[in-house]
Amino acid sequence: MTENYAWAPDIYDVLKDLDVRQVAYVPDAGHARLLKMCEADNAMRCIPLTTEEEGVSLAAGAWLGGERAVMLIQSSGVGNCINMLSLSNTCRFPLFMIVSMRAQWREFNPWQKPMGEGTRPTLEAMGVAVTEVDDPDAVGETVRSAGEHAYGWPDMSAVLLNQKLMPVKTFGK
Amino acid sequence: MDVQRADNYELLRREVAKTLLVDRDDDFLVVTGLGSPNWDATAAGDHPLTFPLWGAMGGAATMGLGLAVAQPEKRVMVMTGDGEMLMAMGSFATIAAQGVENLAIVVFDNERYGETGMQATHTAGPVDLVAVAKACGFPVAEQVKTEAELQTILPIIKEAKGPVFVDIKVKTENLPFILPTKDGVHLKNRFREKLLGPDSLL
Repeated sequence: MTENYAWAPDIYDVLKDLDVRQVAYVPDAGHARLLKMCEADNAMRCIPLTTEEEGVSLAAGAWLGGERAVMLIQSSGVGNCINMLSLSNTCRFPLFMIVSMRAQWREFNPWQKPMGEGTRPTLEAMGVAVTEVDDPDAVGETVRSAGEHAYGWPDMSAVLLNQKLMPVKTFGK
Repeated sequence: MDVQRADNYELLRREVAKTLLVDRDDDFLVVTGLGSPNWDATAAGDHPLTFPLWGAMGGAATMGLGLAVAQPEKRVMVMTGDGEMLMAMGSFATIAAQGVENLAIVVFDNERYGETGMQATHTAGPVDLVAVAKACGFPVAEQVKTEAELQTILPIIKEAKGPVFVDIKVKTENLPFILPTKDGVHLKNRFREKLLGPDSLL
């Protein structure tokens, strides 16, 4: 576990280097510090979604218009994206997702299990390249590699932030 | 549900598409939803700055949002169907919360799922997409049923401070398919080349 999400500024720095302008998200505690940094940045537009699939089509529209978008979502939200990923896949739109994981390490809530375990196979079934990271010192460069892949090829690329990177959530127990 | 009502609407979707798309310039960017709005836009004249969706149901409105945010100096029109927009109901909230002034969402509302056997959609019943848009905070949300109303709404779609939502009630019709290319990579690249220049493909 990493106190205070010390790796969050590393992701922010990479998003700046990659010139990401649209930050689409359904919030998760794992992204809270990073989101605060993005919200404080006038060159980034933070776009809260009602459901994660909106972010997939939003990112495609951003690319049509010459901007780069990133999605910050939780593992449970990956399931909400499945059919919409056909847009990125068929048209080779870049899609860059940073996914905070649940149901991995000291998970309290068993309702997280199905989608937590299904996150990687679901993404891979739809053609998304998946890289997982659990070392706080490797988060930044993992995100850089995946982002360069997404925007440079272009392709669909997801980084899974292992639950070991987050404080344990115990719901007050 | 009133499954006969749309048989008697005055406006014809192919004519509406022509009215919306005639005399367009390169500052007018269009995303169409899958199915009939795609064929309508193609019948009105294929254009590199039209991105016609062949799938991704529920994605047209937020695709328009991403484009409108990226291109604040251009006007973006999403042209889609009632079934596609019903799948994107949350997008009304997402778009209104962003307050994008250069985006117009136009629904061709025939109260049917036209590609799958003309089953009634929710708008054949009590569902009012204009009321949804208003409740979400769209500053402009109007319904259009006549040619005169269509002429009045045109400058609003093209220029009013948005986000704009317009629900155009169109007659239920079975029309011939007029298809654009279905090569998504080509559709994407031709759009970017026209809008951003050839270097955008490097």
